[in-house]
Amino acid sequence: MKIEEVIKLARLAHLKVGEDEMESLGRDLSAILAFAERLESANLGDVEPLAHPLDAAQRLRPDEVTEEDRREAFQEIAPQTRDGFYLVPKVID
Amino acid sequence: MLNRSLSDLSRGLRDGDFSSVELTRFFLDRIRSRGGELNAFITVAEEQALESARAADRRLRDGVAQPLTGVPYAHKDLFCTEGVLTTCASRMLHNFVSPYDAAVTEKLKEAGMVMLGKTNMDEFAMGSSNENSFYGAVCNPWDGERVPGGSSGGSAAAVAARLAPCATGTDTGGSIRQPASLCGVTGIKPTYGRVSRYGMVAFASSLDQAGVLAAGADDCALMLQAIAGFDRRDSTSMDEPVPDYTPLPGADIRGLRVGLPREYFGADLDPEIGAVVEQAVGVLRGLGCEVVEVELPAMSLSVPAYYILAPAECSSNLARYDGVRYGHRCEAPASYDDLYTRSRAEGFGAEVKRRILVGTYVLSSGYYDAYYLKAQKARRRIRDDFARAFGQADVLIGPTSPTTAFRLGEKTGDPVTMYLSDVYTIAVNLAGLPAMTVPAGFVGGLPVGMQMIAPHFREQDLFRAGHCYQRETDWHRRMPGAFE
Repeated sequence: MKIEEVIKLARLAHLKVGEDEMESLGRDLSAILAFAERLESANLGDVEPLAHPLDAAQRLRPDEVTEEDRREAFQEIAPQTRDGFYLVPKVID
Repeated sequence: MLNRSLSDLSRGLRDGDFSSVELTRFFLDRIRSRGGELNAFITVAEEQALESARAADRRLRDGVAQPLTGVPYAHKDLFCTEGVLTTCASRMLHNFVSPYDAAVTEKLKEAGMVMLGKTNMDEFAMGSSNENSFYGAVCNPWDGERVPGGSSGGSAAAVAARLAPCATGTDTGGSIRQPASLCGVTGIKPTYGRVSRYGMVAFASSLDQAGVLAAGADDCALMLQAIAGFDRRDSTSMDEPVPDYTPLPGADIRGLRVGLPREYFGADLDPEIGAVVEQAVGVLRGLGCEVVEVELPAMSLSVPAYYILAPAECSSNLARYDGVRYGHRCEAPASYDDLYTRSRAEGFGAEVKRRILVGTYVLSSGYYDAYYLKAQKARRRIRDDFARAFGQADVLIGPTSPTTAFRLGEKTGDPVTMYLSDVYTIAVNLAGLPAMTVPAGFVGGLPVGMQMIAPHFREQDLFRAGHCYQRETDWHRRMPGAFE
């Protein structure tokens, strides 16, 4: 896998990858994908894809509020909050 | 109190031979004196354990105890526990104290079990050797220079060394069965949807399933009984009745049809391991089982398909770690993008990053059909193979792992070689089936496991077969010499 491709993937996955990691990462990803490509040899043309091993469908429930408000408990473990909001670096100048 | 079954411990508590506080102290002392060398625990919850033990003793005294009330257990560190760290063995969650309990945690609390602590594991359950932990590798109690297997390596090592009488685990591609096999204990991965995934940190949601590890099959039956069942908070939980898992004292397996998949006994299998499993099959034959050969022709597709599907789901599930709401956040982020990408780069280890990137690749536009869709097709093939085999057999049997415990560092340089450690376990997850490994002997002083696979929701057949096998053998009661 080319370095440019690793950079593109890392950007898509929101992962910062250091210059020094690029080459070995590219090598590992190529090896893993080459391994996955063993599926190529199987004749799978007309097989229907399987998403759920028991063929279950998504269960539906009435559209009602079931969660209680636990904002304080959830924000207590956040890295940075103020007045009930999560804080992040400025996005708009 | 050492090396006794859960029903023995339960009886001891009821008869007043010892209290839950005494039993809990006994295991906490073992963890303190012997746990360090194994690195099996990330957190030891001494105070909470003693508090639960006191509550259990009150229940026992008041006559409102359930079968496992007062019995201690070790909890894999990816089940959320209110008030106790849940790290997933990741720097990303090194400071994460969950604001709620996982369904499994809740149920074990209701049963009155006593949580000793949280066990070490491969980071986010990604690994087969427990070497991918931010908290360091776990050692195998049978040989300190070898791996315990993974990802539930801490749970398996803790049970093998009898630092805990039983433990929880999770199994996405073999993460209960492979370490249980390498550490010489019994472990079951139930049917997909049997145990609630609510509050279980997600890795690959169409494959993840919680289960248990203990010395014997009867112990696992008791513990699974406590955690199995429908939960509306998990959208993939199955609303199926939970049968009584504990086999009756006189249970037998006469006439049980045992299928040996040819693909499980091929050229890749170490002949000495094959011989151990065949000997175990001989024991079952002696108990009146009928043995037939079956075929699973798509078996060779399982590991490649898994390493497309699992990373794809992982890349999506792990997108939640953003450095904003909880978990690790980098120092002095320069921008929102910097905050997100650097927190993740610092928080995740090498294997987790590889899987996120592989998953991102196979799901990206232009590659979906070539990888993801093809893997889903292979998945159906594999599941249909099992369905056909279950027309001829009630239980399928083969080895759990192609090798015994390998040396620490032996496979860390090559991800694909490591992935092949799960060659006999992964297909079961793709098909959503229940499977159990039981200790079946030793090769070179290291434990070998026999894997038993059943149709969906037939866990009771595994427990019955395991019970009958373990009535005839004592491999599951053997302890590593250094921990006796």
